[in-house]
Amino acid sequence: MVRLVIDGQSVEAEESWTILEAARYYGIEIPTLCYMEGLSPYSACRLCIVEIIRGGRSRLSASCSYPVQEGIEVRTNSERVRRARKVIIELLLASCPNSRTLQCLASKYGVTRIRFRAEDRGCILCGLCVRMCKEQMQAGAIGFADRGTGREVAMPFHTRSEVCRECGACLYVCPVCELPCPGPLQPGQLCNSCLDTVQLEAFPSRE
Amino acid sequence: MARIESPAALEEYRQKLIEAQRKYTTTITICGGTGCRAHNCTAIHEETRRVLEKTGLSETVELRFTGCHGFCEMGPLMIIKPQGIFYTHLKPEDVEDIVEKTVVEGKIIPELTYKDPVAGISYHYEQEVPFYNKQVRLLLGMNENIDPCSIDDYIAQGGYSALAKALFTMEPEEIISEVEKAKLRGRGGAGFPTAEKWKAARRAISRDGIKYVLCNADEGDPGAYMDRSLLEGNPHAVLEGMTIGAYAIGACEGYVYVRHEYPLAVINLYTALDQARELGLLGKNILGSGFDFDVHVSIGGGAFVCGESTALMASIEGRIGEPRVKHIHTAVRGLYDRPTNLNNVETWANVPIIINRGAEEYAKLGTERSKGTKIFSLVGKIRNTGLVEVPMGITLREIIYDIGGGIPDGRKFKAVQTGGPSGGCIPEELLDTPVDFDSLYDVGSMMGSGGMIVMDENTCMVDIARYFVDFLCGESCGKCVPCREGLKQMLYILEDITEGRGTMEQLDILQELAEVMRDTSLCGLGQTAANPVLSTLRYFGDEYREHIQEGRCRAGVCKPLITFSIEPEKCTGCMRCRKSCPVGAISGKKKEAHVIDPEKCEKCGICLEVCEYQAVVRK
Ligand SMILES: Cc1cc2nc3c(=O)[nH]c(=O)nc-3n(C[C@H](O)[C@H](O)[C@H](O)COP(=O)(O)O)c2cc1C
Ligand code: SF4
Ligand code: SF4
Ligand code: FES
Repeated sequence: MVRLVIDGQSVEAEESWTILEAARYYGIEIPTLCYMEGLSPYSACRLCIVEIIRGGRSRLSASCSYPVQEGIEVRTNSERVRRARKVIIELLLASCPNSRTLQCLASKYGVTRIRFRAEDRGCILCGLCVRMCKEQMQAGAIGFADRGTGREVAMPFHTRSEVCRECGACLYVCPVCELPCPGPLQPGQLCNSCLDTVQLEAFPSRE
Repeated sequence: MARIESPAALEEYRQKLIEAQRKYTTTITICGGTGCRAHNCTAIHEETRRVLEKTGLSETVELRFTGCHGFCEMGPLMIIKPQGIFYTHLKPEDVEDIVEKTVVEGKIIPELTYKDPVAGISYHYEQEVPFYNKQVRLLLGMNENIDPCSIDDYIAQGGYSALAKALFTMEPEEIISEVEKAKLRGRGGAGFPTAEKWKAARRAISRDGIKYVLCNADEGDPGAYMDRSLLEGNPHAVLEGMTIGAYAIGACEGYVYVRHEYPLAVINLYTALDQARELGLLGKNILGSGFDFDVHVSIGGGAFVCGESTALMASIEGRIGEPRVKHIHTAVRGLYDRPTNLNNVETWANVPIIINRGAEEYAKLGTERSKGTKIFSLVGKIRNTGLVEVPMGITLREIIYDIGGGIPDGRKFKAVQTGGPSGGCIPEELLDTPVDFDSLYDVGSMMGSGGMIVMDENTCMVDIARYFVDFLCGESCGKCVPCREGLKQMLYILEDITEGRGTMEQLDILQELAEVMRDTSLCGLGQTAANPVLSTLRYFGDEYREHIQEGRCRAGVCKPLITFSIEPEKCTGCMRCRKSCPVGAISGKKKEAHVIDPEKCEKCGICLEVCEYQAVVRK
């Protein structure tokens, strides 16, 4: 067992756990997008970042792959985490403005405007579909192509892959290919209807 | 060739080589580096060989075609030793003359020597040239004495003696502690203490005993060619360093990861590997010590991100070159999940020097926390473009003005960019900053792997930030959100500002975005990608504000913000501009003042150049 502090609580965790697993075990909520139980952690969306204080030094890191360590202190909701998380949600929304999942995250974490240029790309490149297809469906029909801002999920050489069985698992796990948020929205607009019902700032972490 | 089975045999072999070289009274060295090759130095080499053979001098004059000498601006270069006579800008026609006058008669040909363009002084000998005499060429200096395809040249210069010393007189721990005392820090960018990495890799337990040492020769920074020149010019120094490191760590296999754009480096490396194996300096039972180690070459596609340690390892394994989280260090679980130590080309090349000279002697060079020398590729608006190797702690001013010869064409210095695309721009007020890992970091830049780009007053700093962000947009692997999406939004904002649509609020957004990218990106690329933006905001914030509030680009670079017009008082109506304008934007009768139609003007600036009366103005 490893002892660590999460949001002021002293907790014990299995050595094999990640910080995210430990936090969830103790009922502490950390938002995630590219993480899914049963798939290998990928740590690309960076939504699950937490502040880790170790040996007097503090840094932000993705909790979905960070192994618990003896004596570290974790803050899941510090000012630094909240600010970074908001910018990440804002960036994600700019690339998929109509995603309901992202709209809900925005309301929940207090993102009230998008200061960036919105362009609907229909994919946040979280890689859930790629890992689902490979690790659970044992097919490996889709993967990433290209790099940088041109990166996309594709079948090899953009032709229909023979190993795809059309099982639909990729669609099932995708956080953005869903019915758009039903509000009367223009692309790039924020719904924020439920903003007032959840007030995260009202529960600051015990620092 | 027979294997060399002991340190004594190596010494004997070396003495024989030195003996054999005694028959030469003169050595002609021709630079075969990247810059000189572009100026056809191979033809000069061929011609020199032909002339020497024709005149029957081949028996007494040694001809050596080497790696880069550094002074690329002046290439093709030739040095005639032992005197050190230094000839520049050579053409094949010059060779007969050189052999006849300089080699045979010992006379210097003044027209071929280097003339300092500012002071107007001619220098006959390499050691006098200002470009060289402030440098300390610990690593690069060897280039001019070695034909990279000849292991004998390297051995004659003392090569592989450090390996013999390490294998036969030092314990692995002693080697690491020597490197620690020398305070060697990684030359690949971050300046991490090399001995710490070696210790971690030595300590790490491998499930089957296999550990790896790797050499990072990805060198993706635009304009940088330090590592290339070392690998092309002196591959054995890198291999010797890796072998010593492998012995210290307990590794049995190594890889050099080199980009495919460096074909000569790859060829020279393969040649060096074959030669070292043949002599028993690599492979099984090296020098009869019982230590086994061999090196493979892995050729990369040349993506900038593949220089990042985990992406590099993924690429060697044949997977997509993208970074992964490093919560478990690569020293413990790296290539093929085995303990792995990665160092930069230049870091490895320093190792034999430390072992040979001893840490104490080595540590005399440099500052308290940054020891030794650093190679920079000095490029941009600078008179002496080239590769320079300087002791740590020298100031930027000394590099730019004393070695680099200052800014050409009477222009004013504006900034120097160090650290490659993830470095920062340093302004004139900070030119006295010493060049070491910590001081550069403190001023918002970093040492990086050694790119140094000098900019003059005609450079727009907002546009420079835009350029680097644009470069990184294509070079980021695209895996994580802050880097991929953050860079894209950053580019949009910088485009807005350079095209005259920027707002003051966007400056705050840039700052916030930059900080979040630094804090939350997965790998070093995203974490440092905002540096060019942050450093230009910090030192050249006025230029950003001018673009936004006054719609003005003081360097005259951002086309949407500049206008060309003709001052009627100065215009003589000579019609030159009207005839030169490619889009027909200028009208006016002969001997009457001309006017530019702003709607048609493409802002190419040709009218400004052709007007003899300075009547055209750019605002
Ligand atoms: C995006 C990125 C690109 C890099 N490119 C290079 C490179 O081209 N060459 C290099 O030696 N190190 C590069 N590095 C640094 C390496 O990750 C690594 O730290 C270095 O090779 C370690 O060697 P050193 O300790 O000898 O410096 C890069 C790092 C990042 C994040
Ligand atoms: S398609 Fe959906 S699941 Fe796949 S990477 Fe894109 S957002 Fe993620
Ligand atoms: S920071 Fe950039 S380069 Fe590094 S993993 Fe993320 S997207 Fe890829
Ligand atoms: S859930 Fe951890 S980075 Fe996406």
